[in-house]
Amino acid sequence: MELTVTDLAVGRGGVPVLAGLSFGLGPGQALVLRGPNGSGKTTLLRTVAGLQPPMAGTVTGAEDQVAYAAHADGLKAALSVAENLGFWAAVFGQRGIEGALRAFDLEALADRRAGQLSAGQKRRLGLARLMVAARPLWVLDEPTVSLDAASVTLFADAVRAHMARGGAALIASHIDLGLETDVLEVSPHRAQAAAMAHADEAFL
Amino acid sequence: MRALFVRDMALALRAGGGFGLGLAFFLIVVVLVPFSVGPASDLLMRIAPGVLWLGALLACLLSLDRLLAVDWEDGALDLLATSPLPLEGVVAVKAAAHWVTTGLPLVLAAPVLGVLLNLAPAGYGVLVASLALGTPALSMIGAFGAALTVGIKRGGLLMSLLVLPMYVPTLIFGAEAARRAAEGLDPTTPLLFLAGITAGVLALMPFAAGAVLRVNLR
Repeated sequence: MELTVTDLAVGRGGVPVLAGLSFGLGPGQALVLRGPNGSGKTTLLRTVAGLQPPMAGTVTGAEDQVAYAAHADGLKAALSVAENLGFWAAVFGQRGIEGALRAFDLEALADRRAGQLSAGQKRRLGLARLMVAARPLWVLDEPTVSLDAASVTLFADAVRAHMARGGAALIASHIDLGLETDVLEVSPHRAQAAAMAHADEAFL
Repeated sequence: MRALFVRDMALALRAGGGFGLGLAFFLIVVVLVPFSVGPASDLLMRIAPGVLWLGALLACLLSLDRLLAVDWEDGALDLLATSPLPLEGVVAVKAAAHWVTTGLPLVLAAPVLGVLLNLAPAGYGVLVASLALGTPALSMIGAFGAALTVGIKRGGLLMSLLVLPMYVPTLIFGAEAARRAAEGLDPTTPLLFLAGITAGVLALMPFAAGAVLRVNLR
């Protein structure tokens, strides 16, 4: 697994937000994205995850390698914690959810319905899904939202273990996770308004 | 794929999943018809196949707007899009689960409701056969409509407007087969047309829905 991003420009709703991004990510490496709200971190992550096409440049090595976690955890309130996790394990062709439950301290909650969990517990369940996906590249959008300090440590341990296994992680986060990672500040890459020169294309 | 089917079935059958709502709606619509047109048994006998088909179609439509909207709202659709499952397969499986929880009960209940409408005895077998052939197409076309309107607030009404015209061929041939059988005529031709429409829909619609979903997820 080797993620290479070359001269990438990404946009939201046809408006470019970031341009000229280049970085690489190999096994055992992690990259933390920083930038103010609305600077395009989520758009960049969605592009890397393949959920939207890049406006320019290329992303290579991400196809079918990405486990993506965004603001929404995709949990079903009517299913139990174990059923939610078991579903994603089956979708990704994996067996066994015990390791993921243990890593995020969810064993005691396994039979609880996801609808009855607190926000932090839901988040932990959403992150446990990354472990059952068994994909080498984790693309995480604000993974620590609504987690308490102890859970942030659990999460950092999980990322560290993932990197030790040869995985990589691309994380947008405002807080310091205590990981030895490179940091990419996205604000200098903000797209220029000049890209709007063809704005009246539709009227020609 | 199987995990997704099992999950959708479990969600439909558990509290708040809406299983049985379509069936109850079908029952009520059919029961209301004799009240609105009067108890003339010969008139009811004449309109029974058409009423049963229209009722089944509307009941099928009722539960479609949540088919993909729920997964879109809680983020599961994004996660499924990055999973090994192709989106075409996701839509097809969800349509299949919708048919088993909504279409199949309608097919099984139709003969009972046929009694209420004084359906001619010769029509029962073909009515069930035509519904069994036609309702999978209703679910699949509806899944395409749901994919078109995913992400739109209050998209359910828009979806109905988009989907109902596409239901016309299925409705025409399905109701025609049931009517011909009830009047003692040979229903083979409309049944074959109905089967052809369903086969075409099942073969092509997953790809259309998958493509539309990919655009809508951007």
